[in-house]
Amino acid sequence: MPRLFKSSETQKATMLVVRSSPLLRRNPIVASSTSTQCCSSQRSSAARASFSSLPHHLARKNNGMVNVFVKSTKVPRPPVVSTAVLGKPKLKNQLKQGWQGNLLIDRSAIRMNDDTAQNSSSHQQPHFSYAGNENIPVTSKLKIVRPGDDVPRGIWPAFRMMDEQGTFLPTDTDNNSATNASLANNSSNNITPEKYDLSQLQSILTYQYPHFTNEIQSSALLTPSKHDYPDTHSTNTLLRAHRQMIRLRKMDTILHNAQRQGRISFYMTHHGEEAIHMGSASALQPQDYIFAQYREAGLLMWRGFTLEQFCNQCFSNDLDLGKGRQMPVHYGCRALNYQTISSPLGTQITQAVGAAYKFKLEALALSKPEKKTDKNEAAISIVYFGDGAASTIDFHSGCNFAATLKTPMIFFCRNNGYAISTPTEDQYAGDGIISRAPGYGMAGIRVDGNDIFAVHAAVAEARKLALETSGPVLIEAMTYRQGHHSTSDDSSRYRATEEVQKATVVSDPILRLDRFLKQYGWMDDTATAAVEDEERVAVLRAMEVAEARNKPKIDTMFTDVYHTKPPHLLRQEEALKRHLKKYSIPH
Amino acid sequence: MSMAMRSTTSSRAVQPLLRRGRRRLQHHQQYHANNNVIHPSSNVAVRAFLTASASASAITTATGRRCSYYNNSYCRSIRGNGNNNLAIVGVGVNVNTVKTNASSALRFYSATAALDQQQQQQQQQYYDDDDYDYNDTSNSYSNSNDEATAITATNAAAQEEPNYSSLGSSSKLNLFTAINSAMRTAMQTDPTAIVFGEDVAFGGVFRCSQNLREEFGEERVFNTPLSENGIAGMAIGYASAGGTAVAEIQFADYIFPAFDQIVNEMAKFRYRYNAVSEWQSMELRRSYIACSLWCGESINEDIIIAFISCTLLLTSCVLERSMQVGHGALYHSQSPEAYLAHTPGIVVVMPRGPRCAKGLLLSSIRSKDPVVFLEPKILYRTAVEDVPDADYEIPLGKAEIIRPGSDVTIVGWGAQLRTLQVACELAAKDGISCELIDLRTILPWDIECIARSVKKTGKLVVSHEAPITCGFGAEIVATIQEECFFHLEAPIQRVCGYDTPFGLVFEKHYLPDEKKNLDAIRKVMEYSR
Repeated sequence: MPRLFKSSETQKATMLVVRSSPLLRRNPIVASSTSTQCCSSQRSSAARASFSSLPHHLARKNNGMVNVFVKSTKVPRPPVVSTAVLGKPKLKNQLKQGWQGNLLIDRSAIRMNDDTAQNSSSHQQPHFSYAGNENIPVTSKLKIVRPGDDVPRGIWPAFRMMDEQGTFLPTDTDNNSATNASLANNSSNNITPEKYDLSQLQSILTYQYPHFTNEIQSSALLTPSKHDYPDTHSTNTLLRAHRQMIRLRKMDTILHNAQRQGRISFYMTHHGEEAIHMGSASALQPQDYIFAQYREAGLLMWRGFTLEQFCNQCFSNDLDLGKGRQMPVHYGCRALNYQTISSPLGTQITQAVGAAYKFKLEALALSKPEKKTDKNEAAISIVYFGDGAASTIDFHSGCNFAATLKTPMIFFCRNNGYAISTPTEDQYAGDGIISRAPGYGMAGIRVDGNDIFAVHAAVAEARKLALETSGPVLIEAMTYRQGHHSTSDDSSRYRATEEVQKATVVSDPILRLDRFLKQYGWMDDTATAAVEDEERVAVLRAMEVAEARNKPKIDTMFTDVYHTKPPHLLRQEEALKRHLKKYSIPH
Repeated sequence: MSMAMRSTTSSRAVQPLLRRGRRRLQHHQQYHANNNVIHPSSNVAVRAFLTASASASAITTATGRRCSYYNNSYCRSIRGNGNNNLAIVGVGVNVNTVKTNASSALRFYSATAALDQQQQQQQQQYYDDDDYDYNDTSNSYSNSNDEATAITATNAAAQEEPNYSSLGSSSKLNLFTAINSAMRTAMQTDPTAIVFGEDVAFGGVFRCSQNLREEFGEERVFNTPLSENGIAGMAIGYASAGGTAVAEIQFADYIFPAFDQIVNEMAKFRYRYNAVSEWQSMELRRSYIACSLWCGESINEDIIIAFISCTLLLTSCVLERSMQVGHGALYHSQSPEAYLAHTPGIVVVMPRGPRCAKGLLLSSIRSKDPVVFLEPKILYRTAVEDVPDADYEIPLGKAEIIRPGSDVTIVGWGAQLRTLQVACELAAKDGISCELIDLRTILPWDIECIARSVKKTGKLVVSHEAPITCGFGAEIVATIQEECFFHLEAPIQRVCGYDTPFGLVFEKHYLPDEKKNLDAIRKVMEYSR
């Protein structure tokens, strides 16, 4: 793509270029920030020209924000919190040195749900953009829009608790920004982990951010476990989430490389979406059924699936729970209520409705006579899918069934900007996936998918609502797929590397949590590096063990097709075994 | 033993068999002489011959050393059928042994661990036995004489054909009322069973679910939005959470939107998901319990135990669907059983009438495998039979001989059986004795029953309404020619629909009616004259 910018001399040429460039078309804000701050004047003129000549449908889609935003980038500091700001070299340096959390924030327009704020100061609203998505306005108010509620005008705002710097959003009523920022700043200097534990952090956060009291107090992430976690040997839930995000990242990197070396046949990374996994998994109960797509291994990890088990599956060895039948990353575990992945997209969505219907009947004690379900045992089903799968027939059927039949469940859309190579603008014309919720008559909320606290709070709230109302909730988490679609894909052929780099540097969920922890003195560069090192070693060890094991026995080839083997399968099995024996074929 | 009696009473039938037995023996001897192979089936041929000669002691001698082979290898694949009408009943081997072995061969129906274990041991023994000829292609589902031993063992099967006379009171029901009765029984006996689909709530456009909503409540009998793939997906999800889903799809023609769910999900669900149900390591168990602690201890020990013991995944997932030729032209008349039968993992069932439908539907709903149950639409109101009021099941995977005969084997399923009955009667006027078999379960189909019958008659006609090319008849023909090559006396005939869509005004000519079938029967008879 960059090559296209360079060739643009006349405005006519620029228009053509812009129309054919996914980067600019989808993400003018990124282009605008680069143009004003750090890039060549040639590129800048191309970008500017592009905004005046945006296709009509995009201008409408963005509700005029594109032009407004170009204006706002010219406003002197303090700047609006957005990726645009972070594009500055100075701030990047600041990040490298360790974020101090003292960025001045224009807080006059944080609450998007407030109509007055929306109307009066829309040009000052904070937005975020993950390059693959449009500019999303941000709200700090956790509000699930229920059927019958007023639907947000324009683009649905995304709920966010923590910004890119790992600082909680301040309240909009507090005009003195210095207090919180300085407290955070001080805390990083003065407070050390030895001095307070997770519950105390919870109290501190509640004190600092009273407008998040509910979210903080009810957050399982900020609540210590009653027992030590077997993998971390500590009760600190938040640090476990941090460690598991790193573990998942390390596992991805190593197994991805293993595929490149020809040691496994296939792999799919989760880079950039770790906050969705750990954030939502920690907000669910173990009895909740998870119907995942294929990029949700973190949920299994949170529930206790070990690195060895992941590796067993990827190496298709005899300990693989799936008996080596499926391609790598098609994990599943009944004991952990995680349905085995199937490759066809969207098929899990309607199935989740069926499971949720079962839970609804159980709650009504219809299918469990003599035993009224305990409130704490009540289960929901949660189904994950991407922005591409939301175009399938099953998504439509599933949403319509769930809303009509009133099943307690969560539809969780990971909008990461791409379906393999197809950008979201080629996928749908409306405002993402969330705007469909009111149409189906279901509740919905959009959330910043790289903010682990926001994802957690949204899922916890959605779960509560689903059970209370016995109905579905649609969550759209805005994120960015940093890696390739799979090992069979090369994303550099359809998206600019700088787009990816921006997402990796600016909005990476692990970095963001890392910055948060650093502010409170729980992590520093050394500690993070130590965690990374430990996890890397653990993954390597698990991989070596898994790789050395044997393949599953041939007997498993014919089992589980039917509950009991019918005669024709018995016969085919015998024939195969005879053949293997006759020609001494190892098996 | 009863040998003498049987051979005298059936002497008329024995004569042609004797003739054929000799002929086949020559075939066998020649074949194996050419291939320098001596294998058990030559003994079997001897046995068939000698049995017909009513020489019990000679049988024992002839079979002698190989006896255990027969029991292990042949009986493994034999599933008895209570309605056999065979001229020869072989005795002369240890009946008790046969019973045991045969019953362990009935894996498809007997799920007990003990039997499975026994089976495994036997199988192991079987493979360890170097004396066995692994090239033996004629070690088949059925053999001209081992069928006899299987019959003796039939009663050892875990699931048997219902004895209608002992089921008590019955009512005159047509197909839709029989289906209704089956669903009512299923819902009474299984509190997790739900019935849903398009227009189900008010009783269904074919009235199959009438009054069920009043009896079981609107939560268990309900309408869904109009989406076949949604219905199928929901059925799978409900069953995967431990319930029994009976999902109705109004017309077979509209199953195609749900094919993704049926082929990719329903059929493979156990293969990909039940596989991981086993607690393969203590590690997992520990982490799971730990997980329950992590998440606020809201889950108690009972639940964990419940998960451990939860072995049934798809308790059942029955897609009911009305199908087949009526007056529906292109989009209300198709018979998609062949598409479905190409999918390992599902069971495809089609009843021929009300009594059969109730028993088959009940066993389908209670089956541990996903079942697609096809209801011939034309029979909904036409056929009336005495249907027992009681709860009874008909085993899946078993064909039924509904009209015994000795000259030609006729195989069909669903509504086509009515046509075939007429054809058989017309043939009887020509002096042709037809053995009519209702396949009942299309996948997995009862190869053994058909093969046994064809080995007796030497001739086969298969008939179905769906288009002939790649219709399920093709599968039957291919398998039977392999199984019964030395017994065939005429080319197998297929009497099916044409490879065209089903036009409304051409219905009469499209259908494989009794005249077309009679013609095929006469044709195969001419070959063997």
